[in-house]
Amino acid sequence: MLSKAKLWLSLALSTLLFWSAGLHAAWDLNMPRGVTQMSRDTYDLHMTIFWWCVAIGVVVFGAMFWSIINHRKSKGVQPATFHESTKVEIIWTIIPFLILIAMAIPATRVLTAAYDASESELDVQIIGYQWRWEYRYMRENMDEEEVSFFSVLATSREEINNGVDKGENYLLEVDRPLVIPTDTKVRFLMTSADVIHAWWVPDFAIKKDTIPGFINETWVIVEEPGIYRGQCAELCGMEHGFMPIEVHALAPADYQAWYAEQQAGVRQIRELAAAEMSMEDAMAQGETVYNRNCVACHQPGGVGMPPVFPALTGSVKATGDVAVTMDTLVNGVPGSAMAAYGRQLNPIELASIITYVRNGFGNNTGDVVQPSDVTAYIEGGQ
Amino acid sequence: MSATHTISDAHDHHHGPAKGLTRWLYTTNHKDIGSLYLWFSFSMFLLGGAFALVIRAELFQPGLQFIEPAFFNQMTTMHGLIMVFGAVMPAFVGLANWLIPMMIGAPDMALPRMNNWSFWLLPFAFSIMVSTMFMEGGGPNFGWTFYAPLSTTYAPPSTTFFIFAVHVMGASSIMGSINVIATILNMRAPGMTFMKMPLFVWTWLITAYLLIAVMPVLAGVVTMMLFDIHFGTSFFNAAGGGDPVLFQHLFWFFGHPEVYIMILPAFGIVSAIIPTFARKRLFGYDSMVYATASIAFLSFIVWAHHMFTVGMPLAGQLFFMYATMLIAVPTGVKVFNWVATMFRGAMTFETPMLFAIAFVVLFTMGGFTGVMLAITPADFQYHDTYFVVAHFHYVLVPGAVFSIMAAAYYWLPKWTGYMYDETLGKLHFWLSFIGVNLLFFPQHFLGLAGMPRRIPDYALQFANFNWISSVGGFLFGFSQLILLFVVIKCIRGGKKATDQVWEGAQGLEWTIPSPAPYHTFETPPDPKLIHAQ
Amino acid sequence: MSNDVSPQNNKIVVRKLLLAVVGMFAFGFALVPLYDVICDITGLNGKTGGRVSEAEAGILVDEQRLVTVQFMAHHNAEMGWNFEPSIAQLSVRPGEVNIVSYRVTNPGTDVMVGQAIPSVAPNAAAAHLNKIECFCFEEQLLQPGESADMPIRFFVDPELPDSITKLTLSYTLYDITGKSDNAQAVAIR
Repeated sequence: MLSKAKLWLSLALSTLLFWSAGLHAAWDLNMPRGVTQMSRDTYDLHMTIFWWCVAIGVVVFGAMFWSIINHRKSKGVQPATFHESTKVEIIWTIIPFLILIAMAIPATRVLTAAYDASESELDVQIIGYQWRWEYRYMRENMDEEEVSFFSVLATSREEINNGVDKGENYLLEVDRPLVIPTDTKVRFLMTSADVIHAWWVPDFAIKKDTIPGFINETWVIVEEPGIYRGQCAELCGMEHGFMPIEVHALAPADYQAWYAEQQAGVRQIRELAAAEMSMEDAMAQGETVYNRNCVACHQPGGVGMPPVFPALTGSVKATGDVAVTMDTLVNGVPGSAMAAYGRQLNPIELASIITYVRNGFGNNTGDVVQPSDVTAYIEGGQ
Repeated sequence: MSATHTISDAHDHHHGPAKGLTRWLYTTNHKDIGSLYLWFSFSMFLLGGAFALVIRAELFQPGLQFIEPAFFNQMTTMHGLIMVFGAVMPAFVGLANWLIPMMIGAPDMALPRMNNWSFWLLPFAFSIMVSTMFMEGGGPNFGWTFYAPLSTTYAPPSTTFFIFAVHVMGASSIMGSINVIATILNMRAPGMTFMKMPLFVWTWLITAYLLIAVMPVLAGVVTMMLFDIHFGTSFFNAAGGGDPVLFQHLFWFFGHPEVYIMILPAFGIVSAIIPTFARKRLFGYDSMVYATASIAFLSFIVWAHHMFTVGMPLAGQLFFMYATMLIAVPTGVKVFNWVATMFRGAMTFETPMLFAIAFVVLFTMGGFTGVMLAITPADFQYHDTYFVVAHFHYVLVPGAVFSIMAAAYYWLPKWTGYMYDETLGKLHFWLSFIGVNLLFFPQHFLGLAGMPRRIPDYALQFANFNWISSVGGFLFGFSQLILLFVVIKCIRGGKKATDQVWEGAQGLEWTIPSPAPYHTFETPPDPKLIHAQ
Repeated sequence: MSNDVSPQNNKIVVRKLLLAVVGMFAFGFALVPLYDVICDITGLNGKTGGRVSEAEAGILVDEQRLVTVQFMAHHNAEMGWNFEPSIAQLSVRPGEVNIVSYRVTNPGTDVMVGQAIPSVAPNAAAAHLNKIECFCFEEQLLQPGESADMPIRFFVDPELPDSITKLTLSYTLYDITGKSDNAQAVAIR
């Protein structure tokens, strides 16, 4: 039996917990108004319907509770005998119908506007993967450097596993956010490389499924520079809760500068990929890549989650022929959860992750794989 | 249904139940089978509830505390499947078995041996389903809606067993509904015309037709999954010319009527209880029947409102938005009729009435959020968030589940012959009522603030309401043990129940003794006893 | 039986209901081709239609109008081939026939079979993008290290709604080696 003291102690503890959570947690009750015309229209629509519901609720529940209070047997009332009235039935069929029409008119207007993705000034592809997003900025010709990158959860495993304090943007932060200009019509073209995901940023009032094999489109005009966060909204497997979205909206001039910088970065990586990489550099970068892309399945320390996700320590694929490791990373393993990373990582990242799995976790093969090896493999075959 | 046609005094029948375990294994008696269904449903309710508590424990605080994400997904999936197919549906079939023959003056269900079989398929199906959790790669982890390709190309190997379990429980449901329809069409006592049938019978008749129409479609969907997984077809795989979105269309063509399958019998129960305790006839019986039929019809043309974000053409979005909004009209008529029944009655508030009133209030709140969700642009914000979770739990827990509890308290004296403990019943009601609101009301706020559903961990701004929701969850969950205690206590004894049990109760089941004899209405009741409802 | 019921009545009801069950099961399967028809008509999901004949093109070229067609290449996560269009976008006149090619390389160590799946955005434009010849009509078999240029010959229907000035043609490339009927792929398997 629980003693009184214990009960009080647990109550006090839970109150304390409650307060400590309250320190950085909000009591948000409602939908954000957001930063686009679409999100404000949606918010207004939401509030209109909400107040209609409140009004109907007050009338219906009011009548009901008035009856409950006044028409109880303990007050000595005699029950009435009426039990039908066609007139009343018609009235309370027609009135709700009219209210629904009043709701449908603004809803139709907002929805029609949401479907007009024409005349966009910037097009960005959004591709869902288990469990990260890829963003590709569409170019006008193939000679331009393509700005494209993966956006992966930046919150550390230690925070998730309660090893260290959680940061302010716990689970809503990524390593490379999507950057878009403000006051510009940006069109998003969405698809998926594996299962169905849904790309959702509440402040934009955009939620769209990314469907493998098909493209969906939607658009946004962000009016205020800032950082906007969202999450994947369609169950997409194990790490569904861990693939956030972070969008930085910059003033158009700032965006242009950022974009030019990214293109320069692409050229730089091309040059670096031709250079030699030391074992130290490769291991350091490999660890970063591992923690971003591999750790969810293969686990910290490469122990895996057999039988579905094999361990890397002592694995034949990780310690045997280099070509086998390379093939596994670049082409994936068909029919398994192992994706083809040749398209998802750049040659430097691929080379360092291959070096890392061949020398980390007790796999001391001593090989250092160079980015140029990877490039040759991908472009030439073998 | 018995071989011998002895007309026996109801208190002294000499072909009572067989003794021991075989009574339950071989029984063809509608009351025995009804009890089996109800006990099975209650045990599944506790199992599904235990899974829900695992979910709420993990969500008590941000961070991963107790379980891994992979197991969390199995918990949400199994919770949904077990509650829908194992708890709510069998409970209604159990009530149908117990009550429909007694309400229409029939001696038993029309097809008693099939009745036995449709029950005994269920424990088999659910054993297979639960056993998948112990298989290599774990059980189903793709949500109770099992969207392809997550449930096909990317599914754990145990999915084949899941498909088999769905087939078996589908067969059980189909046989159950054939039985209900045959009973209602063929077994009514002389004088029991359609428009004199109690609403519970009406709502079940319509529900049974819905089941006949959509369970085969579900069977078709899982068959297509099976072919995609094992036989190289491409129904849902874009690589072979298929389409993952097709899965959603087919699933929700089943899924939306399924939602009404879980609520229409609840309407029938509430329409029986409110008039009894208001001591006044149900207001607008005819319109109740028509409203139920309209809701059933509309349920076939609104399925795509579950998939507003898949990128349908504008015309499609508008059609499904308008059709969905229309459902509010017949549903509203029902609520208004219940309120009008209470109006100028002489009400008392025993436990069944408390549950029925809570049903009307909380189900209507679920209806309001339903109208909000129907508004397509607003649904872009609500879709797949905790707002949706709050919505469908409001219609299913204080909706369907409360109605089942109301039914249990209301007819328990007729089943056992004893009155249940009213004090404990009221305690159970109030703890459940507080618990369920604490559990689900804050989830509206979580969804609006941006928390997606089916996630094992969440951002810090969602911490407060999750904390409250989890406390409510445990309160609601453990309160159900009181129900178990009350039922067992009532079976073992208590104050003797009269034949009518409740002062205002009307209908054939209240004209027979309490407890209801093992065989009833072997000769049809006196037509003079059959009144308009 | 004392009620007005005979086993005969029950048999009739059961037979009718079982027929309904079988019918609904079949209806579920019938929805599959029905859905494809609806997709073709409405461009649902951006699904493009099948092959059209050369003769249908070029009859009427709308000289007044220019439409931008963007080309995109996507990979299924399991697919490791290099795959990209030769040009990023093209301005076309509705009705005129254009040729664009995609370059594909198999960097792996095995013979593989790929299949490209087309999709068009906006959905309303899908039915107006007509392909006379497309690599997506066939499977692609590539030897290890082999490359190929894969053509598509298409025209935009002059009846394309005026509100659409830009349309996007996307291909997603899948590895179908394990499912292909191709003799060589079967042999490897």
